[in-house]
Amino acid sequence: MKTVFERTPTFKDYPTHYCPGCGHGIAHRLIAEVIDELDIRGRTIGIAPVGCSVLAYDYLDVDMVEVAHGRAPAVATGMKRTNPDKIIFSYQGDGDLAAIGTGEIIHAANRGEQISVIFINNAVFGMTGGQMAPTTMLGQVTATTQRGRDTETNGYPLKVAELLSILQGTVYVERCALSSPARIRQAKKAVKHAFELQVKGAKGLSLVELLSTCPTYWRVPPAEAMQWIETEMVKVFPLGCLKDISKPD
Amino acid sequence: MTAGKVLMCGNEALGEAAILAGLDAYFGYPITPQNEVTAYMSKRMPEEGKVFVQCESELAAINMVFGAAATGKRAMTSSSSPGISLMQEGISYLAGARLPSVVVNVMRGGPGLGNIAPSQGDYFQATRGGGHGDYRTFVLGPSTVQELVDCMILAFDLADQYRMTTVVLADGILGQMMEPVVFEKKPGRKLPPKDWALTGADDRDQRIVRSLWLKEGVLEQLNYKLQEKYRLAEKNEVICEQHQIEDSDIVVVAYGVAARIVRAAVTRARREGIKAGWIRPVTLWPFPTGQISKAANEFRIFLVVEFSCGQMVEDVKLAVAGKAPVLFYGRPGGGIPTVEDVLDKIVQLTLNPEHLKNKAKV
Repeated sequence: MKTVFERTPTFKDYPTHYCPGCGHGIAHRLIAEVIDELDIRGRTIGIAPVGCSVLAYDYLDVDMVEVAHGRAPAVATGMKRTNPDKIIFSYQGDGDLAAIGTGEIIHAANRGEQISVIFINNAVFGMTGGQMAPTTMLGQVTATTQRGRDTETNGYPLKVAELLSILQGTVYVERCALSSPARIRQAKKAVKHAFELQVKGAKGLSLVELLSTCPTYWRVPPAEAMQWIETEMVKVFPLGCLKDISKPD
Repeated sequence: MTAGKVLMCGNEALGEAAILAGLDAYFGYPITPQNEVTAYMSKRMPEEGKVFVQCESELAAINMVFGAAATGKRAMTSSSSPGISLMQEGISYLAGARLPSVVVNVMRGGPGLGNIAPSQGDYFQATRGGGHGDYRTFVLGPSTVQELVDCMILAFDLADQYRMTTVVLADGILGQMMEPVVFEKKPGRKLPPKDWALTGADDRDQRIVRSLWLKEGVLEQLNYKLQEKYRLAEKNEVICEQHQIEDSDIVVVAYGVAARIVRAAVTRARREGIKAGWIRPVTLWPFPTGQISKAANEFRIFLVVEFSCGQMVEDVKLAVAGKAPVLFYGRPGGGIPTVEDVLDKIVQLTLNPEHLKNKAKV
């Protein structure tokens, strides 16, 4: 029998701990595929955050470290500066990168650290039970915004990709979504580009923001969660490439 | 670095010593009174082809150390008391992930922003782990710039051998003071291979550096392993100096710069016919419990002198275990006891030791 599709080797055959309909599994697979396609498994080191994806090393078969909440960009800095020949990527959620770790990501980006950051924006804290994230949508009901997020007490959804794209230390910033096969194909291109730039020695930080689902804490069925990205999230978090120094303006 | 004796301030000397020890990366954030370290390293590390990063915060600094250490590199940071407080989360993670690292604390007055005067107020924080969880760090308390240099080299070897953090506990005086030093690399320890380091899974299985263990019982077992390591360090790594203990009626215990003041006071006390001696722990963790306990087997007064309201005195009391009276003299918040202050205390305590003897029996 002819094999028409195989699990990419860097994506481990391991029972998932993620909820049904969660986007992390898709994002993990994209990263694994990109690592295999670029043939960089032997020199890649990944950084897992605190949050639902803390166990990313159970799925990604590369050397990995698990770090303190929000500090991945600092850890990545320590790794890349001492190991310029290695490919360093961090994988961070919106609580990790956009709340407690805002300082670290901004300064790593501003220093132009030559790392690739995969940022999962699912508009909620997952692991701790569905609390408001800085990226939570206005009106969105969470464990800590039970009447919906309002601007008076909680401010506004934080637009990380836009924020980082204006820094001179970033070389590539794109926002994609994991809400349909077409969007996922685009997301893979973006993830691949972020890694490729590092492989080529681009002088700065790449970040791909991925709008992702959390059916459990959005309290909707998986299919509806995909739809919610399309109908609601992209209005606040527009998709597209915000910056790419490898392409002419 | 030129060979032979050179005159250097402690802050610069500790940086040069770290380079001699094979430092791969220094990460720092400005804070007084250790700013000479960051400035010196910003010049010297690039000269050596090594990494220097001025970080956005102490949180970032300790996590950059974590990152470099996870790949098997020798990494360090330095700071002063408030900055070291900020690093405690990272030091706990380093302990959990069993990563070697070196952290220098050039202590200043606290609590809070305190002041920039010398202090020993961070003894508790350094010797009790400092961050969350059941862990220890090596703590070295040098008293001269030369010893600071020697401690830096030892610090990296201890860290690598035990996969632990070594805290070098200096203070504002030691950091700022200039003294002649010799940089000499003695033959190092035989260190275990870093077969856990993240170097890329090239033709080998994946390696994971982590501190999260959710499966029931796993973290408990890991903690027992850490404790085994700590017991081994307590058995093998204690460094302590003592002087004129045998015939003494009073033993003064102090570390760091305070021990230099004590040494001068004890010398003068001897001249005045008082049978005084001193004990100077160099490793504050592991603490020289055995030596102090032994000294307490015969009745004598113990006086502990610190630049604080009394922190190491608790470890001395634990070591003495009620066998003799343990008294304290110190000044907090940047106050420095003089030789006369300590001498007065020695004289006062030895005038009529009988009441203390009776007190100890109770």
